[in-house]
Amino acid sequence: MPEGGTGIGAAVKRVEDKRFLTGRGNYTDDINRPNQSHAYILRSPHAHAAINGIDTGAAKSAPGVLAVFTGEDMETGGLPCGWQVHSKDGSPMHEPPHPPLAKGKVRHVGDQVAVVIADTYAQAKDAAELIAVDYGPLPAVVGMNDALKGGSLVHDEIGTNLCYDWEIGDEAQIDEAFAKAHHVTEIDIVNNRLIPNAMEPRAAVGEYDRATDEYTLFTTSQNPHVIRLLMGAFVLSIPEHKLRVVAPDVGGGFGSKIYHYAEEAIVTWAAPRVGRPIKWTAERSESFISDAHGRDHISKAKMAMDSEGKFLALKVETKANMGAYLSTFAPCVPTYLYATLLAGVYTTPLIYCNVKAIFTNTVPVDAYRGAGRPEATYLLERLVAKCAHEMKMSQTDIRRANFIPADAFPYQTPVALQYDSGNYTATLNKAELAHDVAGFAARKAASMAKGKSRGIGYSTYVEACGIAPSAVVGSLGARAGLYESAEVRVHPTGSVTVFTGSHSHGQGHETTFAQLVSERLGLPMANIEISHGDTNKVQFGMGTYGSRSLAVGGEAIVKAMDKVVTKAKKIAAHILEASESDIEFKDGVFTVAGTDRSMAFGEVALAAYVPHNFPHDELEPGLDEKAFYDPLNFTFPGGCHICEVEVDPDTGVVSVERMTAVDDVGRVINPMIVEGQIHGGLAQGIGQALLEGCVYDADGQLVTGSYMDYCMPRADNFPNFSAGTEVTLCAHNSLGVKGCGEVGAIGSPPAVINAVVDALWDLGVHDMPMPATPQAVWKAIQAVAPAAAAE
Amino acid sequence: MPTVSMTVNGKQVSGEVEGRTLLVQFLRENLHMTGTHVGCDTSQCGACVVHVNGDSMKSCTLLAVQADGTDVTTIEGLADGDTLHPMQEAFRDNHGLQCGFCTPGMVMSAVDLVKKNPKASEHEIREWLEGNICRCTGYHNIVKSIQQAQQTM
Repeated sequence: MPEGGTGIGAAVKRVEDKRFLTGRGNYTDDINRPNQSHAYILRSPHAHAAINGIDTGAAKSAPGVLAVFTGEDMETGGLPCGWQVHSKDGSPMHEPPHPPLAKGKVRHVGDQVAVVIADTYAQAKDAAELIAVDYGPLPAVVGMNDALKGGSLVHDEIGTNLCYDWEIGDEAQIDEAFAKAHHVTEIDIVNNRLIPNAMEPRAAVGEYDRATDEYTLFTTSQNPHVIRLLMGAFVLSIPEHKLRVVAPDVGGGFGSKIYHYAEEAIVTWAAPRVGRPIKWTAERSESFISDAHGRDHISKAKMAMDSEGKFLALKVETKANMGAYLSTFAPCVPTYLYATLLAGVYTTPLIYCNVKAIFTNTVPVDAYRGAGRPEATYLLERLVAKCAHEMKMSQTDIRRANFIPADAFPYQTPVALQYDSGNYTATLNKAELAHDVAGFAARKAASMAKGKSRGIGYSTYVEACGIAPSAVVGSLGARAGLYESAEVRVHPTGSVTVFTGSHSHGQGHETTFAQLVSERLGLPMANIEISHGDTNKVQFGMGTYGSRSLAVGGEAIVKAMDKVVTKAKKIAAHILEASESDIEFKDGVFTVAGTDRSMAFGEVALAAYVPHNFPHDELEPGLDEKAFYDPLNFTFPGGCHICEVEVDPDTGVVSVERMTAVDDVGRVINPMIVEGQIHGGLAQGIGQALLEGCVYDADGQLVTGSYMDYCMPRADNFPNFSAGTEVTLCAHNSLGVKGCGEVGAIGSPPAVINAVVDALWDLGVHDMPMPATPQAVWKAIQAVAPAAAAE
Repeated sequence: MPTVSMTVNGKQVSGEVEGRTLLVQFLRENLHMTGTHVGCDTSQCGACVVHVNGDSMKSCTLLAVQADGTDVTTIEGLADGDTLHPMQEAFRDNHGLQCGFCTPGMVMSAVDLVKKNPKASEHEIREWLEGNICRCTGYHNIVKSIQQAQQTM
């Protein structure tokens, strides 16, 4: 047993690790059903083209082929969008149809055109080469600015490429504040498009049982109940009691496995038509052109300040790429998860943001680790760094001067959110110490002596997790509630199974959630099982994204445990012949207060299932309780990231020398797991800042379509990280937890780029796009030093 | 179709394969040993690393017929019954894995590193791992795990 036991705060080693370390994980592609067939999806090679005809004859008669289907065969509903945003004029966003197999037109490279189902995957793939698609190529719109100029339309029927034109704040009031400002700092920001690249490619296995009329879908999903609802109700018209969705072990998600994808619907729909189970697994090159991408914003921002550097007003205009179709949660990402975070950790009293969401002939864009908050943080923290330069203030002084004070919570921002807790000065102070900022000058001098430039960059941020409450998100356009469910089933011999609607795909819920139970019910870890990911086991769930599992799903478990304890006290009171109000529960033992009469948890559990003398009109047998938890507010993790880089001005190579993160994620249940989550987020954030960038050419062909072109972070891109926590408790949930899954990816990109800019400032480089590749950095240096370049 | 035979985790196996069948497909599809994973199609990610005649190799870069007559060890063959290999134990001790998908390849690669270069520096460990991509951990705890295994292997 680790130090501190197995309850809250203990670094318990993970329960799930043994199966993963011995090759006994059960990922979707590991599942093989009896008599299974295999699907290959034929995808569009064009970014934009009319489908004039598809000849599947030769493919249908190829060896092993069971069936070939196209969009004309698949008369089903389209893939639905789960969030409706309204434009500033009150009109609803444009929501064009999204057929699982393209009808009439293809709209991005990778769009699904046909499915071939055969005895083996190789046969299906071979046969797909025999399908003759008569494409009529159309001009592609790739860039967002081009898309708004008119010309080619991604969706002809809506007559525009503008999905919505949304705003928050009072533009006239803001303009007035800018007119009176002492100084205005302006910045242009591009948040580079990313490809999530969970290491497990998406996969789906569909099957149909003719005897019971039941469908089963095994899929790589972060939220199987949501898939069951969307696919069952909107696409295939299968009632939920006849549709089981299982998301077994899932190899990473980062947002990309939230959404309902066409392939899930295709294999489920086709299973009864071929009379066999059907498996589809993406090749990595398919992942690049079919998994929802992330980020992709172009923004202009300006900050009005007084003579002391106090922020008076912020104005932001953002264009957000939706890609060719609306993915499940796409519309909410650049609005309610982005613009509402533009206050950041500062007291800026007036904020206005306009967001134009734009269709292009590219893969749909949706939430990727952080979803909206990284975009807001990057914009704000790059702008604040520039403000400091222009106001001739230090990077920390300008932040301290504008922080929301620790005694100002709850703090109402001008952009809808009310922060419940935080202490931004404390996180900054702790990060400065952990980073040894005091030693920076000496390290900089040492770098200079080697001919290198060293820079330091800061990011102080806040984000919003545990997306909720249902009433609020409903008023903002969510077509779902955002609560979570839990069931705590106590077995007759005292062991416990927890059924949670959250889903673990690397986060370690089987350990962290079990620690909650160990703490509350006083049970050893070995007696606790966490069950998730199967709609036939778990009644309902909204799944895992937005760092919501502990703050929402964990609270649901606590609520269900409260009910278990209440019921167990009744049982103990009956058996111990005491008043229910006299029963105390501590460390797994029920005691009559002030006496030595007691029952262990397991004894009460057994009594619940062997109720020989229960007064059945007062006390039901059994010990199994359910709860739904709908939070009162978002949670607001925050923190400070400090990055120190060394730049080689001759080659443009940037090396991250130190990366320090001090994050306030609320109460920490398992510090080992929290630290691991922060490490992973930092790697994705540094990856965005220095390495990763999705590139399309002018025709809409994906240039970065494999691991040979898209630069995935490798082990030698990073130093060891310094990750620490500074805790203020969430004020509105019983655990005091905030969420830790995304902080690393949200806070780090501006810290890295601010460090690169700091390193190059004296050379005259005052801006740097992401990713700051050696080529980009070298070019920026050459651009300001033409004389040097000519030498 | 050609027939291949090899030793996998100490057991003699054989099977019929197509000429184009990769070693990883033979392991996963013919032998139903799904511990070895496929994370890409360009031999970059390293999720499929196994040992062939004692050396770590990406099993997606070898045809099954090329592996005919070899001695293959996969992640399923690393532990001694219920006792984890010191590298597996080190990954568990140091939280060197999250979603577990890259883990089999990462562990098999790391075992080969420690065998070949028992005193590898942090820098050398990071360079060795260039052929193994992990999206979850940021590599920090993987490096720590391997450093522990350097002491215990």
